[in-house]
Amino acid sequence: MSNPTLVISILALGVIGFFAGRRKALGASKKLHSLPRYYGSYVAIYTVVPAMLLIAMWPTLLPMAVNAPVFGQITPNMIPDGGSADLIMSEIHRLAVGLDYGRSTGLIDVDALGAETNLSVLANILNAAGVMLSGDLNPEILSLALDLMSRNQASHMGMVIVAIIIAFLGFAFSYRRVAPEFWARNAVERVYLGVLILASAVAILTTLGIVMSMAFETTNFFKLHNWIDFFFGTEWAPNFRGDSALSILPLLWGTLYISLVALLVAVPIGLYAAIYLSEYASRPVRSIAKPMLEVLAGIPTIVYGLFALVVFGPFLKDWFGDGGYLGVNWMADARSVATAGIVMGIMLIPFVSSLSDDIINAVPQSLRDGSYGLGATQSETVKQVVLPAALPGIVGAILLAASRAIGETMIVVLGAGAIARFTGNPLEALTTITTRIVSQLTGDGDFNSPETLVAFALGLTLFVITLGLNIIALIIVRKYREQYE
Amino acid sequence: MTETRSLFAASATTKRRNAAEKRFRLYGKMAIAVGLLMLVTLAYTIVSKGAGAFQQTFVTLNIELLESKLDKKGNRNLDEMKKVTTFGYAPLIKNAFETLVAEKGVATKIKAKDMAEIISKSAPSKMRDRVLANPVLIGQTVEFRFLANSWIDGYLKGRVTRENTQNNKNVTVQQLDFVDEMVVLGVVKKTFNLGFIIGADASDQRPEDAGIGVSMIGSLAMMLVVLVLSLPIGVAASIYLEEFAPKNWFTDLIEVNIANLAAVPSIVFGILGLAIFINTIELPQSAPLVGGLVLTLMTLPTIIISTRAALKAVPPSIRSAALGLGASKMQSVFHHVLPLAAPGILTGTIIGLAQALGETAPLLSIGMIGYIATNMPQTVADAFLAPNSVMPAQIYEWAKRSDPAFYERAWGGIIILLVFLITMNTLAVILRRRFERRWL
Repeated sequence: MSNPTLVISILALGVIGFFAGRRKALGASKKLHSLPRYYGSYVAIYTVVPAMLLIAMWPTLLPMAVNAPVFGQITPNMIPDGGSADLIMSEIHRLAVGLDYGRSTGLIDVDALGAETNLSVLANILNAAGVMLSGDLNPEILSLALDLMSRNQASHMGMVIVAIIIAFLGFAFSYRRVAPEFWARNAVERVYLGVLILASAVAILTTLGIVMSMAFETTNFFKLHNWIDFFFGTEWAPNFRGDSALSILPLLWGTLYISLVALLVAVPIGLYAAIYLSEYASRPVRSIAKPMLEVLAGIPTIVYGLFALVVFGPFLKDWFGDGGYLGVNWMADARSVATAGIVMGIMLIPFVSSLSDDIINAVPQSLRDGSYGLGATQSETVKQVVLPAALPGIVGAILLAASRAIGETMIVVLGAGAIARFTGNPLEALTTITTRIVSQLTGDGDFNSPETLVAFALGLTLFVITLGLNIIALIIVRKYREQYE
Repeated sequence: MTETRSLFAASATTKRRNAAEKRFRLYGKMAIAVGLLMLVTLAYTIVSKGAGAFQQTFVTLNIELLESKLDKKGNRNLDEMKKVTTFGYAPLIKNAFETLVAEKGVATKIKAKDMAEIISKSAPSKMRDRVLANPVLIGQTVEFRFLANSWIDGYLKGRVTRENTQNNKNVTVQQLDFVDEMVVLGVVKKTFNLGFIIGADASDQRPEDAGIGVSMIGSLAMMLVVLVLSLPIGVAASIYLEEFAPKNWFTDLIEVNIANLAAVPSIVFGILGLAIFINTIELPQSAPLVGGLVLTLMTLPTIIISTRAALKAVPPSIRSAALGLGASKMQSVFHHVLPLAAPGILTGTIIGLAQALGETAPLLSIGMIGYIATNMPQTVADAFLAPNSVMPAQIYEWAKRSDPAFYERAWGGIIILLVFLITMNTLAVILRRRFERRWL
């Protein structure tokens, strides 16, 4: 019985359960505790859910029950020089999948395969079907693959039988409990509540997934590469032939420098815009200008990246490059710290302005009135009363914008260049952590080489930095909000 | 003795303070002006650079499909005809140009080979496909409409000029002169290019042939995955946190997690997707399904935050009334609160989806880079599981090829992407205006 058929039959049993449960409840002579449909749902849930859980869990249990015995049969003399038992195992897997495919398409009579099969003929059939085998077929691997297939089959049969038994047991158990005095609604709602809790736990699972997956690959990376060199070395020069210099410091410098340029653009513009909108602008101006500014935050970053690469970089080069309007030769390439930083700053303007706007609006009017009463002008009130009062919140907003700038990817990938070095010249190209993650993960290197795994170490560092910034920012903003509530 | 002065004359201090006030206001106005100017610049750049992608130069030719070249034995045996590769078709294009020049009396010195070069490299294979699909055509003179080579297309769009072709290996000034003649004859014409909207990406030699259609399908499939997963999970999580959760360490943990996930860099989600969905669960690489899963995790915080706001906006009196009439807590939420919060939830979901649609970085790390799919997915399962690209990743791929002809396509792709985003956001605004209830 194939998986879809199994799932459909269990669902069908669940539907039968629903009607059976409802019918039994309606047939009772006494007054029911819950609405009849709750009795039906109760039976349906107990029929379907445990069986489905089993079907979902089975593949994760499978490797232990099926692969381990096969793996144990791999003898040392089957392993070629430079190979490992794991490689043989994955070869066996591939072969088993190929044979399965051959059987389902009728190309290979799998049951007839055995010790006397002509291996080269089989290999040709498999190759023609698109099954890639790394080495030559040999009878031991074939016999293990056949063993694996039969175990897989047995395991699948086992799953079908157990799932159906569980479904029927659930049906019988819940159907027996259906009675007028049974609190079916409460039982069903407990299940609903469980589902709701599970859904909200997805957020925790995601964070766990991020941390665990990156920590796992990062430890793999540190087995291959010295961690002291990664954190404190000064050179970044990956080389897919191996023996690369992989240190985060030059990348961190690039990241922080570009973020700094972005903040130098975004903070003054965003802050002044927020002050003007909240303190000076008339209602119609505010109702048009605020959403217009916020559109800047809704534009996909790839658009900013392309703008930096095709329009803004060449524009800067027209001024500062060789033969430019200023007659200086300060800029060799259109891609530079300033190109990416300034464009990123434009993107961050609405982040700073919206958050600061909210915060400035939260400053009580009484503070302003007091200041006016003492004879201060409007700008003096803003500078000496409103801004100091709003300062913690604004710092929080700037930190959030900084975390955004550090994690930004597409603008720097397209606009910042790819050279890892320590330079203070904003018109030179630099590279960032996010850029290198993209290039190391999209490169052609072997996944288990340090050159690819370093992406996970970079990712984890980035995650920790932004997490720290976010937490500090959230604490500051929250503290500030409570101050005036 | 103190100096006396008129009350009507401003003192030096007042003047200074008033000047400072004016400057301060001016700075504010300038800041807003800079922001708006940037918005206008971006919009102008996108439209002016991208509009060209929707037009393409075509060459219409009458080609004599010589039997002697395409089917030497003359028995219309498809298997034998398939042996004639695209190299066998290319000379026919040259012949067609020679005939054309002779008929119309065009005075030109360039060779037929150079004339044929103005046509896209994809032309022979398109010819071959059409002939193999319909062998009856052999021996006849048939009208073909080919894409012009991207340099010629650039010439008609003003991107390539006689001045900047001096050192260009791909196109000569003589060819441009020839093209001028052809434009006069109506053989070369610039028209609307449907191929860009519905086509697939092409190799980096043929920018004229590249389209965004297939990656649009990729984006669509991915958005469906995101919608189907993130809406129910997000709504269920918000209901729990807003309506049921007791105040304890577990719910605090969830809250902190959601707040942080909303601010985690998107590339980190891509690394998560690579490590978990591709390496551990072994889902197919570059598949829209995996992209959808990754973006679901990214979109969840957005949906949860807006759903909670929508639930919070439903006044407690609704819940109390339901409870007072004997409904259980669960019934009051699902039968009364949730329907009233639905418009707000929908608006938040659309905005979350729009964010996900424009996201690029996490998709690059799970292998959704460009030029993966050369055909439309043939089955529904293929649309989700076969390697494909999505619109932003396709745009990135074109941007990377550093060829002006591909830049034009990248901007054109951005126009299409923005049309989707603007539509979605407008829909969200309309929904909010139409269905939002203000409680007194």
